[in-house]
Amino acid sequence: MTADNGASKALSFHVEGEHHVPNGTLLGFWIYLMSDCLIFACLFAAYGVLGREYAGGPTTAQVLELPTVAVNTTLLLLSSITYGFAVLEMQANRRGVMMVWLAVTGLLGAGFIALELTEFAHLISIGAGPQRSAFLSSFFTLVGTHGLHVTSGLIWLVTLMVQVGRKGLTPANKRRLMCLSMFWHFLDLIWVGVFSFVYLMGVLP
Amino acid sequence: MSEHADTQHGHDDAHDPDGVGAIHATFKGYMTGFGLAAILTFIPFWLVMSGAFAKSGPADALILLLAGIQIVVHMVYFLHMNTKSEGGWNMLAFVFTLVLVVITLSGSIWIMYHLNVNMMPWTMQDARNQP
Repeated sequence: MTADNGASKALSFHVEGEHHVPNGTLLGFWIYLMSDCLIFACLFAAYGVLGREYAGGPTTAQVLELPTVAVNTTLLLLSSITYGFAVLEMQANRRGVMMVWLAVTGLLGAGFIALELTEFAHLISIGAGPQRSAFLSSFFTLVGTHGLHVTSGLIWLVTLMVQVGRKGLTPANKRRLMCLSMFWHFLDLIWVGVFSFVYLMGVLP
Repeated sequence: MSEHADTQHGHDDAHDPDGVGAIHATFKGYMTGFGLAAILTFIPFWLVMSGAFAKSGPADALILLLAGIQIVVHMVYFLHMNTKSEGGWNMLAFVFTLVLVVITLSGSIWIMYHLNVNMMPWTMQDARNQP
């Protein structure tokens, strides 16, 4: 702002002393997350309706492997807490340690995606691909959409690490890190629904 | 107010224009959340994998209950949700979403279940004549 006081007054878009929410970006991102929540609600509803329609193909108990999912759940939960540690380091302005925690988070997330892709590849190889039955279509759509979100989160994480590495912990970068924090924890929250509703309830007799 | 180029936010709170400082994450909070989430994850996995349930009815209810509690734990300890954050707009948006989610889920499952139950029975004649 190089202009004098008069020009600055002319450019002000709010009433002096007006009380308004100071935190626009985080609220906006929260509303985005809520709309994402609606997408997942629709996919969960589709799975709830179609999840037992096997069309003579493999059943949930036959194709879902709980040990793999237990490992996957652990990886995602651990990545949530390591991102939490990164946020704590960000608040303390310790960039180096924060980058280490972000890298650990990224590796855990990558491990999650790798395991999920292995599971998908195995299912497709035994003829239980998404085209086999309504159950498998809705299963691949729901779990795959979550996996795509985690993949986007990973790309975002790497981008942010480069940005923080170049520009440091500027206010803009801190804001971005908090947005990704919400996104990452939100994905873990959705995964709670996935492993409970799809996997655990699926393999019960 | 020259820390960054975001001049539209250049009023009273220029040192922290995005309110990032309004979120006070603590080590204790994260560890509490992590501990609770780990327990709430472990119980249903253990119940199902050890074969403790012979019938799915009560197990389904218990799994859904634990998942519901765990989602609340994640929201409070990881997403830092409370009724005060963002001047309450956070909570308002969440409650609205929750209403839509409940309508979508329960409505779809309820209606589709009844459609299935009330379908005309599928006879051998139908099976032979299907297009």
